[in-house]
Amino acid sequence: MAMAIEATEPDKTAAPPIIDTEDVHLWYGSNEALKGINLTFKEHEITALIGPSGCGKSTYLRTLNRMNDLIPGVTIKGEVKLKGKDIYAPGNDTVSLRKEVGMVFQQPNPFPFSIYDNVTYGLRLGKQHTREQLDEAVETALRQAAVWEEVKDKLHDSALGLSGGQQQRVCIARVLAVKPDVVLLDEPTSALDPISSSQIESMLVALKKDYTIILVTHNMSQASRISDRTAFFLQGHLVEYDDTKTIFLNPHKKETEDYISGRFG
Amino acid sequence: MNAKRSDKIATGVLYAMSGIIVLILALLLFYILANGLPHISWHFLTAPAQSFEKGGGIGVQLFNSFYLLILSMVISTPISIWAGIYLSEYAKPNRLTNIIRTSIEILSSLPSVVVGLFGFLVFAVQAGFGFSILSGALALTVFNLPLLTRNVEDSLRSVAFTQREAGLALGLSRWETVIHVILPEALPGIITGMILSAGRVFGEAAALIYTAGQSAPTLDFTNWNPFYIASPLNPMRPAETLAVHIWKINSEGIIPDAAAVSAGASAVLIIAVLLFNILARLIGNKVYKRLTGV
Repeated sequence: MAMAIEATEPDKTAAPPIIDTEDVHLWYGSNEALKGINLTFKEHEITALIGPSGCGKSTYLRTLNRMNDLIPGVTIKGEVKLKGKDIYAPGNDTVSLRKEVGMVFQQPNPFPFSIYDNVTYGLRLGKQHTREQLDEAVETALRQAAVWEEVKDKLHDSALGLSGGQQQRVCIARVLAVKPDVVLLDEPTSALDPISSSQIESMLVALKKDYTIILVTHNMSQASRISDRTAFFLQGHLVEYDDTKTIFLNPHKKETEDYISGRFG
Repeated sequence: MNAKRSDKIATGVLYAMSGIIVLILALLLFYILANGLPHISWHFLTAPAQSFEKGGGIGVQLFNSFYLLILSMVISTPISIWAGIYLSEYAKPNRLTNIIRTSIEILSSLPSVVVGLFGFLVFAVQAGFGFSILSGALALTVFNLPLLTRNVEDSLRSVAFTQREAGLALGLSRWETVIHVILPEALPGIITGMILSAGRVFGEAAALIYTAGQSAPTLDFTNWNPFYIASPLNPMRPAETLAVHIWKINSEGIIPDAAAVSAGASAVLIIAVLLFNILARLIGNKVYKRLTGV
């Protein structure tokens, strides 16, 4: 199934690749969850990773900022290059990697501190900032995450008092404040109501001009609405990767078509 | 029997059992307080104990109990926090970790009189500290450390894994994540556990009989130089605590009002432990509110 992916890969040369993964394999113990993934991500695009549960899309996403390192018994092979540098090369620092490749999770997971502290956490620990710089960073990040208007009068209240959708946007702001190049989102709206989801979707589209966004989603229409490219995963293989339009209107593989049209998954 | 009926019976049994526990506790408290409170006065709380005559107080013992408690917490708190962080955040699930955990469990189930004898041999005799506050505080540390470490570890573990992921995904190092995200979240639980264990330490007698000693030399509350022999702060002086005092006057006391002193001292002890418990709740809640702003 993994063959001939190159043939379907779109040959856009407009933007340089920011992440380039080659033949990525991942095992949980002896169970091979990723069976050789080749994918390239271009700057300032939204890429959606879709596929049925257990297909490896979330696992793959987590290899891009080495979050799988936290799970005992995981073995990874292959190359993941961020701006040309192998992030798994020995001696590479996961801390600085994750400052460049931020991540938003499925369940909103704000720290149980104030909204302000949530957004400044990643920053304050990095280096010294003046109060004004922090204030400005908080406002910028919360504006980018389209939640500023809702929380600007209660920045020093606990983030836990917010609704799920607001919490998730604060979590996104928290990542943006660190100014990463790439933002990974693992089903960021699956725990949210439709209105919150659509707020996050339009925010992501607006963020595209400053960030590269890679998004795992179970929601087909979400993928088709906001992404530039879509990668379809199945049982640890990358089945098809193309412009989102092509994937949804004119897929080359039968499995893709079956999945898109809801015949399985 | 249908489900509804068995549910009713089960509920009834649960109520009855909890009722019995509350009743026993209430009776015990009532008995101790009713017997002891009439003997408590300012004089009783502050005067030194008498050896042969009636009318002695528990002032020195009360002071000793608090001083010993503070000293042992000062020693055991940092150790337990470091050990708890190591076990919860850094220790890999291997044999060494298992051995450490098992040791802690065994240590926490040691009878306190054994800890006392160990303390006597090691701190009082071998190390040459004699019957002293220092020996007592070290014995209490041995007694308390396993439970404190366990409490820190459990409090840290109860913080959701997603919080660790969130911290790491922001580019915080593991240490920064632990110190700035996980530890503050776990702090209310840690503080509650500390104060509760303070109550346990405060009432401990067996571990102290052979370490802090059974005599309470009169203290000179006007001289706080810790190197002066009668100074309240001198850690090398013998120091009978309240709980040891209760044990002693009941087993070999020859003062005529032994029963009254013992009842009064017991009431003071119980009140102090109750205060620790209430304090644990209040401070725990307050710290949590302060940190989270909820």
